[in-house]
Amino acid sequence: MRTALAISLLSVLAAFGAAADTYPQRPITMVVPFAAGGPTDVIARIVAEPMSRVLGQQVVIENVTGAGGTTGITRASQASPDGYTIMMGHMGTHGAAPALFKGLKYDPAKSFDPIGLAAGTPIVIVAKKGMAAPDLKSFVEAVKAGGASINQAHAGVGSVSHSTGVLFDSLIGAKPTLVVYRGTGPALNDLMAGQVDFMTDQIVNVAPQISGGTIKAYAIATPERSPSLPDVPTTKEAGLPDYQVSAWNAVFAPKGLPADVRAKLVAALDTAIKDPNARKRILDLGGTVPKDAEAGPDALQKLVESEVARWTPVLRSAVEANP
Amino acid sequence: MPDLLSNLGLGFAVALSLQNVMLCFLGCLVGTLIGVLPGVGPIATIAMLLPITFGLDPVGALIMLAGIYYGAQYGGSTTAILVNIPGEATSVVTTLDGHQMARQGRAGIALGTAAIASFFAGTVATLLIAALGAPLTRLALIFGPAEYFALMVMGLAFAVVLAHGSVLKAVAMILVGVLFACIGTDLETGEERMTFGFTFLTDGVDFSVLAMGLFGVAEILRNLDNTETREIARARIGRLLPGLADLRQATPATLRGTAIGALLGILPGNGAVLGPFAAYTVEKRIARDPSRFGRGAIEGVAGPESANNAGAQTAFIPLLTLGIPPNAVMALMVGAMTIHGIVPGPGVMTKSPELFWGMIASMWVGNLMLLVINLPLVGVWVRLLKVPYRLMFPAILMFCSIGIYSINSLPTDVMLIAAFGVFGYVLIKFGFEPAPLLLGFVLGKLMEEYLRRALTLSRGDAMVFLERPVSAVLFLVAFTILALALLPSLRKSRDEVFTEA
Repeated sequence: MRTALAISLLSVLAAFGAAADTYPQRPITMVVPFAAGGPTDVIARIVAEPMSRVLGQQVVIENVTGAGGTTGITRASQASPDGYTIMMGHMGTHGAAPALFKGLKYDPAKSFDPIGLAAGTPIVIVAKKGMAAPDLKSFVEAVKAGGASINQAHAGVGSVSHSTGVLFDSLIGAKPTLVVYRGTGPALNDLMAGQVDFMTDQIVNVAPQISGGTIKAYAIATPERSPSLPDVPTTKEAGLPDYQVSAWNAVFAPKGLPADVRAKLVAALDTAIKDPNARKRILDLGGTVPKDAEAGPDALQKLVESEVARWTPVLRSAVEANP
Repeated sequence: MPDLLSNLGLGFAVALSLQNVMLCFLGCLVGTLIGVLPGVGPIATIAMLLPITFGLDPVGALIMLAGIYYGAQYGGSTTAILVNIPGEATSVVTTLDGHQMARQGRAGIALGTAAIASFFAGTVATLLIAALGAPLTRLALIFGPAEYFALMVMGLAFAVVLAHGSVLKAVAMILVGVLFACIGTDLETGEERMTFGFTFLTDGVDFSVLAMGLFGVAEILRNLDNTETREIARARIGRLLPGLADLRQATPATLRGTAIGALLGILPGNGAVLGPFAAYTVEKRIARDPSRFGRGAIEGVAGPESANNAGAQTAFIPLLTLGIPPNAVMALMVGAMTIHGIVPGPGVMTKSPELFWGMIASMWVGNLMLLVINLPLVGVWVRLLKVPYRLMFPAILMFCSIGIYSINSLPTDVMLIAAFGVFGYVLIKFGFEPAPLLLGFVLGKLMEEYLRRALTLSRGDAMVFLERPVSAVLFLVAFTILALALLPSLRKSRDEVFTEA
């Protein structure tokens, strides 16, 4: 009896605790499904800092790695939707994953309350220095004509370089030999040494080598040129306008957040991506910050749906063709 | 040459500012303390402490992070010597003779030798980076998948040939290690292998989990059923610092270890893991009395420790000059740099010379700090051995569990160390040694990857390993060693690398 009373008292207290004005009362965990130091982790840390200031509580990064980021996202999606566990999803976990992981325990479009887009990192088509083609058009011709004699590197099934790479191949109708690496670093090393011919990857990973002249860049897959690589043409300028792809990173929460908690998180993220210091850091990396039309939860929900629809057929056929 | 001097001058001007010296000291101290905790290696340490550097300017932040890196690397050796738990693949070999020395009451000498050998190796490696960093990167680019595969084969050939006692048992252990390395998602196809449907196995077994189970937990089990030896080891402490005779004995090993480690550390494809192992093999090969190894030979600590530290340092070369992180710790440093607005790569040297040279100078300062911090600490660590074992082992177990959880935040990792602990105990009881297993595990993963990549690039033609000169030479060395060992007449002189007491 006394226990029952205590429990009901506690639950009343808990209900008060969860009341509108008091969120957040303790630090918030942001699950990053990739290793510390990678592009997604860097963006999460840049955004978490101004978010902490707005919320008045520390947003703590927890790196839960594994299975192309789906381990961390699965775990975060099962956390209680109280606003104390949020996560940094990205193009892979919330776009490509359903096509690649059969037993996926979440649905990118249904298991989450989207908070908003944080940043994008454009994809660049890069090749070894010795590649003869002077521009993207002749490069595409060379890859098509070369067939299986062309070596294309990527950083593992489910990685950004894999998804965006097979999208490139299916778009131009080429079938190069895929060479797999464990991570972008070793792939880039072999690209610089000329062991492999080309790859597609996030600007953050390849910009220093492009500027240093150790690899060649053919085009950047965004509508506008990047300030960090002003000499690299866009795919539109270079004659492959349909190749538009960016590794986006966005904040999600488990489904079922109280409306007021959600509003606070949305507002905090909004302030964070408008923070001049955070913006500068993201732009310095070669990343893009969301435009007004791309920001916020509704735009993110649409983005997730369109990304799942876009990646599923491309990746399914790529995985089947290259078992 | 005048260029080098003026560059180093600039570097030391940056590194020796009061703020940066303090940051370097703080980084080394924190790194050492955390690195000593079993399981918490440099990766977990840097990841945990990354946020506290946000308020600093980039040079200071990187100097501090680099300090944490060497500190943790060094602290890991302390754990290897004192409690027989290798925190990193590179300190596996240190457990062999280092822990034996500790058991004989020479823990202080082992720790002191490790500190001095590391300092020496660090100094040489710093000069090497400063003078030859840029040209040495070319070496990194010569090594393609075929060469790396050949290098790993050579590593395994050493292990087979030089294994202690029964070659058959050693081969079996290596193969078990290679099998463990196959657990997880296949890199090429994304199919799961040997995971039995468990999601926590989809990314394979973590090295620290395996090492902590096979060494740490198994060692505790063994000590618990054999209390006597433990009590004896505890009673004898002996002298705290190596004497002149010890140092004289360790010096040639340190020189060779430095050269081997520095060379292998430059290779971005995880060549550095072979450093300490190769150094140990060489020491044992050329020793007058190889049977001392595995029973507390001081060269068995000095060689691998200097190789370890030299490799840790020269691993910065591909990062600073190519912008390519050669291992997980360096990948984290890249992240730290990008968070601070510096994108590492060929441009760093020209765009921000004060950062580039400041960091190089701080490496030497950091090594000096480590010596300053660790020599006095040796006494403290050695006294830890006086703690009664009934208090000691629960503490070790607790730190192992916390440490392993902090790496991936996976509760299943904690359960796995218990399982591997029991497995390791069974192995010890049947006279199998865990060290070859660990080497097979580390190399197996890399070998498979490089083999498949080399064959993909050659379109399935295995001749590629013989057509490429570097790879052909490495294979030749591997086969010569194997052939020599299999000649019965030479068998008697076969050395023992993995002697486990």
